[in-house]
Amino acid sequence: MIELKNLTKSFGEKQVLKDLTWSVPEGRISVIMGPSGGGKTTLLRILLGLEHADSGTVSGLEGKRLSAVFQEDRLCENVSAVSNLRLVNPALSRKSAENMLEKLGLGDALRQPVRELSGGMKRRVAIARALCTEYDVLLADEPFKGLDEETKRRTMAFFSESAREKTVILVTHDPSEAEILGGRILPLDPE
Amino acid sequence: MTTSTTEPTSKLKSILIKTGAALFWLCVWQLGAMAINQKIILVSPVQVFVRLTELVPTAAFWKAIGFSFLRITVGFLAACLAGVLLAALSARFSLIRTLTAPLMSTIKATPVASFIILVLLWVPSRNLSVVISFLMVTPIVFSNILGGISSMDSQLLEMAQVFKVRPVRRFRYLYLPQLLPFFRSACATGLGLCWKAGVAAEVIGLPRGSIGERLYTAKIYLDTPDLFAWTVVIILVSIAFERLFMFLLDRTVARLERA
Repeated sequence: MIELKNLTKSFGEKQVLKDLTWSVPEGRISVIMGPSGGGKTTLLRILLGLEHADSGTVSGLEGKRLSAVFQEDRLCENVSAVSNLRLVNPALSRKSAENMLEKLGLGDALRQPVRELSGGMKRRVAIARALCTEYDVLLADEPFKGLDEETKRRTMAFFSESAREKTVILVTHDPSEAEILGGRILPLDPE
Repeated sequence: MTTSTTEPTSKLKSILIKTGAALFWLCVWQLGAMAINQKIILVSPVQVFVRLTELVPTAAFWKAIGFSFLRITVGFLAACLAGVLLAALSARFSLIRTLTAPLMSTIKATPVASFIILVLLWVPSRNLSVVISFLMVTPIVFSNILGGISSMDSQLLEMAQVFKVRPVRRFRYLYLPQLLPFFRSACATGLGLCWKAGVAAEVIGLPRGSIGERLYTAKIYLDTPDLFAWTVVIILVSIAFERLFMFLLDRTVARLERA
Protein backbone atom coordinates (compact mmCIF):
# COMPACT_ATOMS: atom_id res chain seq x y z
CA MET A 1 0.00 0.00 0.00
CA ILE A 2 1.22 3.47 -0.87
CA GLU A 3 0.29 5.81 1.96
CA LEU A 4 -0.06 9.57 1.63
CA LYS A 5 -0.47 11.38 4.93
CA ASN A 6 -1.45 15.03 5.34
CA LEU A 7 0.24 16.14 2.12
CA THR A 8 0.26 19.87 1.64
CA LYS A 9 1.77 21.84 -1.20
CA SER A 10 1.56 25.52 -2.12
CA PHE A 11 3.04 27.60 -4.91
CA GLY A 12 3.29 31.08 -3.48
CA GLU A 13 -0.17 32.08 -2.30
CA LYS A 14 -1.89 29.23 -4.14
CA GLN A 15 -2.41 26.06 -2.18
CA VAL A 16 -2.74 23.10 -4.54
CA LEU A 17 -2.76 20.24 -2.03
CA LYS A 18 -4.28 20.55 1.41
CA ASP A 19 -3.90 17.85 4.03
CA LEU A 20 -4.28 15.05 1.50
CA THR A 21 -4.46 11.62 3.09
CA TRP A 22 -4.88 8.58 0.86
CA SER A 23 -4.12 4.89 0.71
CA VAL A 24 -3.37 3.69 -2.79
CA PRO A 25 -3.70 -0.07 -3.26
CA GLU A 26 -0.88 -1.96 -4.97
CA GLY A 27 -1.29 -4.28 -7.94
CA ARG A 28 -4.15 -2.38 -9.56
CA ILE A 29 -5.04 0.80 -11.35
CA SER A 30 -6.08 3.84 -9.31
CA VAL A 31 -7.52 6.79 -11.17
CA ILE A 32 -7.15 10.31 -9.81
CA MET A 33 -9.95 12.59 -10.97
CA GLY A 34 -10.48 16.22 -10.22
CA PRO A 35 -10.88 19.68 -11.70
CA SER A 36 -8.13 21.52 -13.59
CA GLY A 37 -5.67 23.16 -11.24
CA GLY A 38 -6.71 20.75 -8.51
CA GLY A 39 -3.15 19.53 -7.88
CA LYS A 40 -3.26 16.23 -9.81
CA THR A 41 -0.03 16.84 -11.72
CA THR A 42 1.66 18.26 -8.60
CA LEU A 43 0.70 15.12 -6.69
CA LEU A 44 2.22 12.89 -9.40
CA ARG A 45 5.38 15.00 -9.41
CA ILE A 46 5.67 14.57 -5.63
CA LEU A 47 5.24 10.81 -6.00
CA LEU A 48 7.89 10.78 -8.76
CA GLY A 49 10.30 12.65 -6.49
CA LEU A 50 10.41 15.68 -8.78
CA GLU A 51 8.70 17.98 -6.28
CA HIS A 52 8.78 18.17 -2.50
CA ALA A 53 5.65 18.52 -0.40
CA ASP A 54 5.59 21.41 2.05
CA SER A 55 4.44 19.00 4.73
CA GLY A 56 3.12 15.47 5.07
CA THR A 57 4.62 12.11 4.15
CA VAL A 58 4.58 9.53 1.38
CA SER A 59 5.43 5.94 2.28
CA GLY A 60 5.43 2.70 0.34
CA LEU A 61 7.50 3.95 -2.61
CA GLU A 62 10.91 3.37 -1.00
CA GLY A 63 13.13 1.26 -3.28
CA LYS A 64 10.36 0.90 -5.85
CA ARG A 65 11.16 1.28 -9.55
CA LEU A 66 9.06 4.05 -11.02
CA SER A 67 7.86 4.64 -14.54
CA ALA A 68 5.90 7.56 -15.94
CA VAL A 69 3.83 8.94 -18.75
CA PHE A 70 4.30 12.66 -18.28
CA GLN A 71 1.72 15.28 -19.16
CA GLU A 72 4.09 16.22 -22.02
CA ASP A 73 5.59 13.52 -24.23
CA ARG A 74 9.20 14.27 -23.21
CA LEU A 75 10.71 12.22 -26.02
CA CYS A 76 14.14 12.52 -27.62
CA GLU A 77 12.98 14.10 -30.86
CA ASN A 78 16.07 13.42 -32.98
CA VAL A 79 16.07 9.64 -32.64
CA SER A 80 13.58 6.92 -33.55
CA ALA A 81 10.73 5.59 -31.43
CA VAL A 82 12.69 2.34 -30.96
CA SER A 83 15.69 4.28 -29.63
CA ASN A 84 13.41 6.17 -27.22
CA LEU A 85 12.22 2.86 -25.78
CA ARG A 86 15.70 1.40 -25.55
CA LEU A 87 16.95 4.58 -23.87
CA VAL A 88 14.98 3.74 -20.71
CA ASN A 89 15.43 0.00 -21.03
CA PRO A 90 18.75 -0.93 -22.68
CA ALA A 91 18.00 -4.63 -22.07
CA LEU A 92 14.97 -4.43 -24.35
CA SER A 93 15.77 -5.99 -27.72
CA ARG A 94 15.14 -4.03 -30.90
CA LYS A 95 12.64 -6.72 -31.94
CA SER A 96 10.66 -6.46 -28.68
CA ALA A 97 10.59 -2.68 -28.97
CA GLU A 98 9.32 -2.93 -32.54
CA ASN A 99 6.64 -5.46 -31.53
CA MET A 100 5.39 -3.18 -28.80
CA LEU A 101 5.22 -0.18 -31.11
CA GLU A 102 3.49 -2.24 -33.80
CA LYS A 103 0.80 -3.23 -31.29
CA LEU A 104 0.20 0.47 -30.71
CA GLY A 105 -0.25 1.03 -34.45
CA LEU A 106 3.19 2.56 -34.99
CA GLY A 107 4.53 -0.15 -37.32
CA ASP A 108 5.09 2.30 -40.16
CA ALA A 109 7.01 4.79 -38.05
CA LEU A 110 9.64 2.65 -36.34
CA ARG A 111 12.73 4.16 -37.97
CA GLN A 112 11.66 7.79 -38.38
CA PRO A 113 13.02 10.41 -35.99
CA VAL A 114 10.30 11.14 -33.46
CA ARG A 115 10.16 14.80 -34.55
CA GLU A 116 8.54 13.61 -37.80
CA LEU A 117 5.67 11.84 -36.00
CA SER A 118 2.22 13.32 -35.36
CA GLY A 119 1.09 14.37 -31.88
CA GLY A 120 -0.97 11.20 -31.40
CA MET A 121 1.90 8.98 -32.51
CA LYS A 122 4.30 10.70 -30.12
CA ARG A 123 1.82 10.16 -27.30
CA ARG A 124 1.74 6.43 -28.04
CA VAL A 125 5.56 6.30 -28.08
CA ALA A 126 5.54 7.98 -24.64
CA ILE A 127 3.06 5.34 -23.40
CA ALA A 128 5.13 2.49 -24.89
CA ARG A 129 8.26 3.91 -23.22
CA ALA A 130 6.57 3.89 -19.82
CA LEU A 131 5.34 0.33 -20.28
CA CYS A 132 8.54 -1.18 -21.71
CA THR A 133 10.73 -0.39 -18.73
CA GLU A 134 10.99 -2.60 -15.62
CA TYR A 135 8.80 -0.88 -13.04
CA ASP A 136 6.87 -1.45 -9.82
CA VAL A 137 4.75 1.69 -9.94
CA LEU A 138 3.58 3.52 -13.03
CA LEU A 139 2.40 7.12 -12.76
CA ALA A 140 0.54 8.41 -15.80
CA ASP A 141 -0.64 11.99 -16.28
CA GLU A 142 -3.51 12.07 -18.78
CA PRO A 143 -1.81 9.43 -20.93
CA PHE A 144 -4.54 9.21 -23.57
CA LYS A 145 -4.89 12.94 -24.11
CA GLY A 146 -4.99 13.95 -27.78
CA LEU A 147 -5.76 10.49 -29.18
CA ASP A 148 -8.75 10.02 -31.48
CA GLU A 149 -11.49 7.69 -30.22
CA GLU A 150 -10.45 4.59 -32.16
CA THR A 151 -6.74 4.97 -31.29
CA LYS A 152 -7.64 5.73 -27.69
CA ARG A 153 -9.73 2.54 -27.42
CA ARG A 154 -6.92 0.45 -28.88
CA THR A 155 -4.23 2.12 -26.77
CA MET A 156 -6.25 1.78 -23.56
CA ALA A 157 -6.76 -1.94 -24.23
CA PHE A 158 -2.99 -2.36 -24.70
CA PHE A 159 -2.28 -0.26 -21.61
CA SER A 160 -4.67 -2.31 -19.41
CA GLU A 161 -3.20 -5.58 -20.67
CA SER A 162 0.43 -4.49 -20.23
CA ALA A 163 -0.11 -2.98 -16.79
CA ARG A 164 -2.19 -5.86 -15.45
CA GLU A 165 -1.46 -6.56 -11.77
CA LYS A 166 0.90 -3.60 -11.63
CA THR A 167 0.45 -0.57 -9.43
CA VAL A 168 -0.73 2.24 -11.67
CA ILE A 169 -1.75 5.74 -10.60
CA LEU A 170 -3.38 7.51 -13.50
CA VAL A 171 -4.67 11.06 -13.80
CA THR A 172 -7.60 11.83 -16.09
CA HIS A 173 -10.43 14.30 -16.61
CA ASP A 174 -12.50 11.76 -18.50
CA PRO A 175 -14.84 9.54 -16.40
CA SER A 176 -15.21 7.10 -19.31
CA GLU A 177 -11.47 6.38 -19.22
CA ALA A 178 -11.75 5.50 -15.53
CA GLU A 179 -14.69 3.25 -16.32
CA ILE A 180 -12.93 1.42 -19.19
CA LEU A 181 -9.73 0.94 -17.19
CA GLY A 182 -11.79 -0.35 -14.29
CA GLY A 183 -9.66 1.39 -11.72
CA ARG A 184 -10.48 2.61 -8.27
CA ILE A 185 -11.32 6.30 -8.43
CA LEU A 186 -9.54 8.69 -6.09
CA PRO A 187 -11.34 12.05 -6.23
CA LEU A 188 -9.06 15.01 -5.72
CA ASP A 189 -11.16 17.86 -4.42
CA PRO A 190 -9.22 21.04 -3.67
CA GLU A 191 -11.71 21.82 -0.90
CA MET B 1 6.39 15.61 -60.04
CA THR B 2 6.23 19.38 -59.66
CA THR B 3 8.59 19.29 -56.68
CA SER B 4 11.22 17.16 -58.44
CA THR B 5 11.47 19.56 -61.39
CA THR B 6 11.22 22.75 -59.35
CA GLU B 7 14.00 21.90 -56.87
CA PRO B 8 16.84 21.43 -59.40
CA THR B 9 15.64 24.54 -61.28
CA SER B 10 15.78 26.72 -58.17
CA LYS B 11 19.16 25.22 -57.21
CA LEU B 12 20.52 25.98 -60.70
CA LYS B 13 19.08 29.49 -60.45
CA SER B 14 20.78 30.02 -57.11
CA ILE B 15 24.13 28.80 -58.51
CA LEU B 16 23.76 31.09 -61.53
CA ILE B 17 22.98 34.09 -59.30
CA LYS B 18 26.00 33.40 -57.07
CA THR B 19 28.29 32.88 -60.07
CA GLY B 20 26.95 36.06 -61.65
CA ALA B 21 27.68 38.06 -58.47
CA ALA B 22 31.22 36.67 -58.28
CA LEU B 23 31.82 37.45 -61.98
CA PHE B 24 30.50 40.98 -61.45
CA TRP B 25 33.08 41.68 -58.72
CA LEU B 26 35.87 40.04 -60.73
CA CYS B 27 34.98 42.39 -63.60
CA VAL B 28 35.03 45.38 -61.22
CA TRP B 29 38.45 44.24 -59.96
CA GLN B 30 39.75 43.73 -63.52
CA LEU B 31 38.49 47.13 -64.64
CA GLY B 32 39.93 48.80 -61.52
CA ALA B 33 43.34 47.23 -62.17
CA MET B 34 43.21 48.30 -65.81
CA ALA B 35 42.27 51.85 -64.81
CA ILE B 36 45.08 52.17 -62.22
CA ASN B 37 47.48 50.29 -64.47
CA GLN B 38 50.12 49.89 -61.76
CA LYS B 39 50.88 46.27 -60.88
CA ILE B 40 52.53 47.26 -57.63
CA ILE B 41 49.30 48.81 -56.28
CA LEU B 42 46.61 46.59 -57.73
CA VAL B 43 47.10 43.48 -59.83
CA SER B 44 44.33 42.18 -62.05
CA PRO B 45 42.57 38.84 -61.39
CA VAL B 46 44.14 37.51 -64.59
CA GLN B 47 47.64 38.29 -63.28
CA VAL B 48 46.79 36.62 -59.95
CA PHE B 49 45.56 33.56 -61.81
CA VAL B 50 48.75 33.42 -63.87
CA ARG B 51 50.85 33.68 -60.70
CA LEU B 52 48.80 30.89 -59.10
CA THR B 53 49.42 28.61 -62.08
CA GLU B 54 53.14 29.20 -61.53
CA LEU B 55 52.94 28.50 -57.78
CA VAL B 56 50.70 25.42 -57.78
CA PRO B 57 53.13 22.99 -59.48
CA THR B 58 55.95 23.78 -57.03
CA ALA B 59 56.69 21.62 -53.99
CA ALA B 60 57.31 24.72 -51.84
CA PHE B 61 53.71 25.85 -52.42
CA TRP B 62 52.25 22.63 -51.07
CA LYS B 63 54.78 22.46 -48.23
CA ALA B 64 53.77 25.97 -47.10
CA ILE B 65 50.07 25.01 -47.19
CA GLY B 66 50.78 21.76 -45.32
CA PHE B 67 52.86 23.59 -42.68
CA SER B 68 50.19 26.20 -41.91
CA PHE B 69 47.22 23.85 -42.33
CA LEU B 70 48.62 21.31 -39.88
CA ARG B 71 49.35 23.84 -37.16
CA ILE B 72 46.15 25.86 -37.48
CA THR B 73 44.07 22.66 -37.55
CA VAL B 74 45.79 21.28 -34.45
CA GLY B 75 45.11 24.57 -32.65
CA PHE B 76 41.48 24.52 -33.76
CA LEU B 77 40.85 20.90 -32.71
CA ALA B 78 42.60 21.42 -29.36
CA ALA B 79 40.40 24.50 -28.82
CA CYS B 80 37.26 22.48 -29.55
CA LEU B 81 38.30 19.89 -26.98
CA ALA B 82 39.34 22.43 -24.34
CA GLY B 83 36.24 24.60 -24.92
CA VAL B 84 33.88 21.66 -24.55
CA LEU B 85 35.65 20.30 -21.45
CA LEU B 86 35.82 23.67 -19.73
CA ALA B 87 32.16 24.36 -20.51
CA ALA B 88 31.10 20.95 -19.15
CA LEU B 89 33.14 21.46 -15.98
CA SER B 90 31.87 25.04 -15.60
CA ALA B 91 28.26 23.86 -15.89
CA ARG B 92 28.89 21.20 -13.25
CA PHE B 93 31.08 23.12 -10.78
CA SER B 94 30.32 26.75 -9.99
CA LEU B 95 33.88 27.32 -8.73
CA ILE B 96 35.32 26.40 -12.13
CA ARG B 97 32.69 28.61 -13.80
CA THR B 98 33.67 31.53 -11.56
CA LEU B 99 37.35 31.03 -12.34
CA THR B 100 36.94 30.41 -16.07
CA ALA B 101 34.53 33.26 -16.92
CA PRO B 102 37.01 36.17 -16.44
CA LEU B 103 39.74 34.21 -18.22
CA MET B 104 37.56 33.70 -21.28
CA SER B 105 36.39 37.32 -21.25
CA THR B 106 40.02 38.50 -21.12
CA ILE B 107 41.06 36.25 -24.01
CA LYS B 108 38.09 37.50 -26.06
CA ALA B 109 38.89 41.16 -25.39
CA THR B 110 42.68 40.99 -25.92
CA PRO B 111 43.84 42.08 -29.40
CA VAL B 112 45.27 39.23 -31.49
CA ALA B 113 48.47 41.22 -32.13
CA SER B 114 49.13 41.49 -28.36
CA PHE B 115 48.71 37.76 -27.98
CA ILE B 116 50.98 37.03 -30.92
CA ILE B 117 53.80 39.16 -29.52
CA LEU B 118 53.34 37.79 -26.01
CA VAL B 119 53.19 34.16 -27.11
CA LEU B 120 56.34 34.68 -29.23
CA LEU B 121 58.20 35.21 -25.95
CA TRP B 122 57.12 31.79 -24.67
CA VAL B 123 56.72 29.57 -27.72
CA PRO B 124 59.01 28.90 -30.74
CA SER B 125 57.72 30.75 -33.80
CA ARG B 126 57.05 27.52 -35.72
CA ASN B 127 54.32 26.61 -33.18
CA LEU B 128 52.96 30.11 -32.78
CA SER B 129 49.94 29.58 -35.05
CA VAL B 130 48.91 26.50 -33.01
CA VAL B 131 48.69 28.56 -29.82
CA ILE B 132 47.07 31.59 -31.48
CA SER B 133 44.33 29.62 -33.26
CA PHE B 134 43.78 27.72 -29.99
CA LEU B 135 43.40 30.97 -28.04
CA MET B 136 41.04 32.49 -30.60
CA VAL B 137 38.67 29.51 -30.83
CA THR B 138 38.55 28.27 -27.22
CA PRO B 139 36.36 31.13 -25.83
CA ILE B 140 33.92 30.78 -28.73
CA VAL B 141 33.46 27.03 -28.20
CA PHE B 142 33.34 27.52 -24.44
CA SER B 143 30.61 30.18 -24.45
CA ASN B 144 28.51 28.41 -27.08
CA ILE B 145 28.60 25.03 -25.33
CA LEU B 146 27.96 26.61 -21.93
CA GLY B 147 24.96 28.41 -23.46
CA GLY B 148 23.74 25.08 -24.83
CA ILE B 149 24.08 23.34 -21.48
CA SER B 150 22.28 26.22 -19.73
CA SER B 151 19.35 25.92 -22.11
CA MET B 152 19.01 22.14 -21.71
CA ASP B 153 15.43 20.90 -21.74
CA SER B 154 14.67 20.45 -18.03
CA GLN B 155 11.68 18.21 -18.83
CA LEU B 156 13.94 15.73 -20.62
CA LEU B 157 16.37 15.80 -17.71
CA GLU B 158 13.49 15.00 -15.33
CA MET B 159 12.47 12.14 -17.61
CA ALA B 160 16.03 10.76 -17.45
CA GLN B 161 15.97 11.13 -13.66
CA VAL B 162 12.69 9.21 -13.29
CA PHE B 163 13.80 6.40 -15.64
CA LYS B 164 17.29 6.36 -14.11
CA VAL B 165 18.96 6.73 -17.51
CA ARG B 166 22.69 6.06 -17.24
CA PRO B 167 25.16 8.96 -17.74
CA VAL B 168 26.57 7.66 -21.04
CA ARG B 169 23.08 7.32 -22.51
CA ARG B 170 22.07 10.71 -21.10
CA PHE B 171 25.02 12.23 -22.91
CA ARG B 172 24.31 10.39 -26.16
CA TYR B 173 20.53 10.96 -26.32
CA LEU B 174 19.91 14.14 -24.32
CA TYR B 175 23.00 16.33 -24.28
CA LEU B 176 24.49 15.55 -27.68
CA PRO B 177 21.43 16.47 -29.81
CA GLN B 178 20.91 19.61 -27.73
CA LEU B 179 24.53 20.74 -27.85
CA LEU B 180 25.43 19.88 -31.45
CA PRO B 181 23.77 22.97 -32.99
CA PHE B 182 25.69 25.14 -30.49
CA PHE B 183 28.92 23.31 -31.30
CA ARG B 184 28.26 23.61 -35.04
CA SER B 185 27.72 27.34 -34.75
CA ALA B 186 30.93 27.73 -32.69
CA CYS B 187 32.90 25.76 -35.29
CA ALA B 188 31.53 27.83 -38.18
CA THR B 189 32.68 31.04 -36.46
CA GLY B 190 35.92 29.56 -35.12
CA LEU B 191 37.11 28.05 -38.39
CA GLY B 192 37.23 31.37 -40.21
CA LEU B 193 38.77 33.12 -37.23
CA CYS B 194 41.53 30.57 -36.61
CA TRP B 195 42.77 30.91 -40.20
CA LYS B 196 42.81 34.70 -40.03
CA ALA B 197 44.56 34.76 -36.64
CA GLY B 198 46.85 31.82 -37.46
CA VAL B 199 48.20 33.43 -40.64
CA ALA B 200 48.50 36.80 -38.89
CA ALA B 201 50.64 35.07 -36.25
CA GLU B 202 52.84 33.58 -38.98
CA VAL B 203 53.30 36.98 -40.63
CA ILE B 204 54.60 38.36 -37.32
CA GLY B 205 56.48 35.28 -36.11
CA LEU B 206 57.81 34.31 -39.57
CA PRO B 207 58.20 30.56 -39.07
CA ARG B 208 60.23 29.13 -41.96
CA GLY B 209 58.14 27.50 -44.69
CA SER B 210 54.76 28.90 -43.61
CA ILE B 211 52.13 30.74 -45.66
CA GLY B 212 52.66 33.74 -43.39
CA GLU B 213 56.35 33.86 -44.27
CA ARG B 214 55.46 33.79 -47.99
CA LEU B 215 53.02 36.68 -47.49
CA TYR B 216 55.65 38.68 -45.60
CA THR B 217 58.30 38.04 -48.27
CA ALA B 218 55.86 39.17 -50.97
CA LYS B 219 55.22 42.39 -49.00
CA ILE B 220 58.99 43.09 -48.50
CA TYR B 221 59.76 42.67 -52.21
CA LEU B 222 56.55 44.49 -53.24
CA ASP B 223 55.60 41.37 -55.13
CA THR B 224 51.87 42.23 -55.31
CA PRO B 225 50.84 39.31 -57.57
CA ASP B 226 52.39 36.92 -55.02
CA LEU B 227 50.62 38.72 -52.17
CA PHE B 228 47.26 38.43 -53.90
CA ALA B 229 47.89 34.84 -54.99
CA TRP B 230 48.70 33.73 -51.43
CA THR B 231 45.68 35.61 -50.09
CA VAL B 232 43.48 33.74 -52.56
CA VAL B 233 45.09 30.47 -51.45
CA ILE B 234 44.37 31.25 -47.77
CA ILE B 235 40.74 32.03 -48.56
CA LEU B 236 40.33 28.85 -50.62
CA VAL B 237 42.02 26.56 -48.08
CA SER B 238 40.02 28.13 -45.24
CA ILE B 239 36.70 27.68 -47.08
CA ALA B 240 37.59 24.12 -48.16
CA PHE B 241 38.51 23.13 -44.60
CA GLU B 242 35.36 24.73 -43.19
CA ARG B 243 33.17 22.90 -45.73
CA LEU B 244 34.92 19.58 -45.12
CA PHE B 245 34.72 19.89 -41.35
CA MET B 246 31.03 20.87 -41.43
CA PHE B 247 30.26 18.04 -43.86
CA LEU B 248 31.92 15.49 -41.57
CA LEU B 249 30.17 16.94 -38.52
CA ASP B 250 26.74 16.85 -40.21
CA ARG B 251 27.33 13.31 -41.43
CA THR B 252 28.24 12.19 -37.91
CA VAL B 253 25.07 13.81 -36.56
CA ALA B 254 22.94 12.14 -39.24
CA ARG B 255 24.48 8.76 -38.38
CA LEU B 256 23.77 9.27 -34.70
CA GLU B 257 20.15 10.14 -35.46
CA ARG B 258 19.70 6.98 -37.50
CA ALA B 259 21.31 4.76 -34.86
